[in-house]
Amino acid sequence: MPAQQLPRRSLLRWSAAGLGATALGALPLTAGCDVGGKADSGGEGTGEGKITALFMQQAGYSEADIRAMTTDFTAKYPKITVEPTFVAYEALHDKIVAAAPAGTYDVVLIDVIWPAEFGSKKIVTDVTSQFPAAWKTDMLGGALKTAEYQGKYYGVPWILDSKYLFYNTEMLGKASVDASTLSSWDGVLAAAQKIKDAKLVKHPLIWSWKQAEALICDYTQLLGAFGGKFLSDDYKSVAFDTGGGLQALQWMKKTIDDGLTNPNSLESLEEDVRKVFSEGSAAMALNWTYMFNAANDPAQSKVAGKVEVMPTPTGTGGSPGVNGSMALCVSSGSKNQKAAWTYISYLTSSEVQNKYAKSSLPCWGKSYDDPAVVSVAPKMVAAAKKELGSLISRPEVPRYNEISQILQAEIQQALLGKKAPEKALADAAGQAKSLLS
Amino acid sequence: MTTVPPPTRAGRSRRGQVLLAYALLFPAALVVFGVVLWPAGRALVISLYDVDSPFAGTYPFVGLGHYGDILTNPRFWTAAQHTLYFTFASTTAEVLLGLGLAHLLAAPMRWRWLFRGIVILPWALPTIVNGAMWRWILNAQYGALNALLTQLHLMDDYRSWLGSDPFLALNMVVVADVWKNTSLVAFFLLAGLQTIPGELTEAARIDGAGPIRTFLRITLPLLRPTLAAVLVLRVIEAFKVFDIVYVMTGGGPASGTQTITFLTYLQAFSAQRFGYGAALAYLTVVAVLLLALIYLRLLRQQEMKAI
Repeated sequence: MPAQQLPRRSLLRWSAAGLGATALGALPLTAGCDVGGKADSGGEGTGEGKITALFMQQAGYSEADIRAMTTDFTAKYPKITVEPTFVAYEALHDKIVAAAPAGTYDVVLIDVIWPAEFGSKKIVTDVTSQFPAAWKTDMLGGALKTAEYQGKYYGVPWILDSKYLFYNTEMLGKASVDASTLSSWDGVLAAAQKIKDAKLVKHPLIWSWKQAEALICDYTQLLGAFGGKFLSDDYKSVAFDTGGGLQALQWMKKTIDDGLTNPNSLESLEEDVRKVFSEGSAAMALNWTYMFNAANDPAQSKVAGKVEVMPTPTGTGGSPGVNGSMALCVSSGSKNQKAAWTYISYLTSSEVQNKYAKSSLPCWGKSYDDPAVVSVAPKMVAAAKKELGSLISRPEVPRYNEISQILQAEIQQALLGKKAPEKALADAAGQAKSLLS
Repeated sequence: MTTVPPPTRAGRSRRGQVLLAYALLFPAALVVFGVVLWPAGRALVISLYDVDSPFAGTYPFVGLGHYGDILTNPRFWTAAQHTLYFTFASTTAEVLLGLGLAHLLAAPMRWRWLFRGIVILPWALPTIVNGAMWRWILNAQYGALNALLTQLHLMDDYRSWLGSDPFLALNMVVVADVWKNTSLVAFFLLAGLQTIPGELTEAARIDGAGPIRTFLRITLPLLRPTLAAVLVLRVIEAFKVFDIVYVMTGGGPASGTQTITFLTYLQAFSAQRFGYGAALAYLTVVAVLLLALIYLRLLRQQEMKAI
């Protein structure tokens, strides 16, 4: 046996032995023992000191807004220091999950689709007892539901948002389309056809249909417009594969086939939609509130001053907007939960929200009558007042993320023409069924 | 002590050396155990339980249930197909291009050091940066590739590279990976080329062999051990592909670029099915371990040849 073979052999043997020993050591003696590792449990804290907060860097309040709010907060509460962290929306959920056992963040921003999951898994704390009764009447209904799951509040609503229809007034004028006809999806298609025929733009519509949550937001809004439902009323079975859910997907596919929808929609997120629209490469688009301000800003838009907004168009079943709200939560691993709550109470207060209404509209009912808020963007506020009255929610179930992933892939199969819409949704329903029990 | 003969001076110092060696190895062993073996062992245990939250707690034991679920799940097999295709296409292209590049870099020419320096640059880029760069190059709306191809009149209009066709998108991810990793392969092969004595190729030339015959009969056989080693190394790396997919396509369109490791990530973190995710990761480990054994065997053959 050659000499140099020995170290390698024995190294392998030792590694295997080490791995085996570790596995044995880590193996609980009885089934069903603690296998998750040891977690730091959180605590109230003194209400002072340092806290960390996790935000997203997308739509809603900008990073600059949040840093400015935080500076004002620390001026008011000098005994608390805040360290904010910003990630892309696509990374937000997974970062909250991965950081949970270590309690890295005291405050986390969560999407309206996560309270069921984060609440039932105790990643964020139940704040029902701290939630003042007045908030329940003063906050708008759509906002209030954001962090609620099974009658408990897991956070405080902060970003109240839905998708609105934005349009380029110049293109509409050149194609002699009356903006009031955009109040229905049929009107939108007719207008898009006119704009395409007038060769003002090759594809009048752009959407965020990338394989991501953004696709489900657009789909939900259309599903609502066609009178569809995601799940049966008892949340026990799937309902998107028939009626309005199916019609919505067929409608989406048709707009691609007719050349009205930009095929690049299938690789676009909300920010891509904003860029294409701001470049003047699309005439109409659905997007969150923040696009009104951004697309009218000459520094980042070629169509500034030519952008108007209206509530989402009506289909055969109404015109609900997708509930795209977000809430601030105290993480259960936080050791300074009192200070975290002080920070959250400050950020969500109507004074702070009114001040930054330009980026994101307030969650408080009375703000919409405040002249200071209305004057920031009268058209935006008018559209919001109407749309926020009727919102459609994505399913509030703990395994929503998995259902969404399945649906994203199958909807894209249909949009790419690889499967008929009926087949794609039936396949999605088949896979999603077992996740509801 | 009295019956045992006193240790000789040489023996004592030898034992001291052994102790010193173990003492010096201890920190490294601790690190290896702490960051490799312990997590690996924990992951193996977790893969046997239905762990559905990141916290400590009581979870039901499912034995090999997750492994069974995975192997009967069509999503896994689709992801496996993508992974195999990605691995095959990217390593083949990298080795072929790398071979050509290595020859160019070995050729006697002026500024050779400069060219060698430039060629290593793509490999020096972090994968995340490379992925983001290619995503911009391939952007359907304002990407550089669309601009180049339309300005050269090779294409009439801008087109979508990452969103219109799942297979095209997968190939574009391959292109981005090849761009980055070809230089690594080239440098491995360049090192291999430099071990081939110049007299051999010279002799072949004198005997009347042309450049192609010289390459096939002299260079290639002598380069084979290096070639095999770099091939296996790249296959292992390609098999584990995750970050470039995450940045460039997010697994889309229509899950067409979802690889096994990407599926693992989605299941473990987005769906919080940590047990299932750990089982998926272990299947990858088994596949990579087999490849690693081949690699070690090849390395040993090379060493034996060197003796």
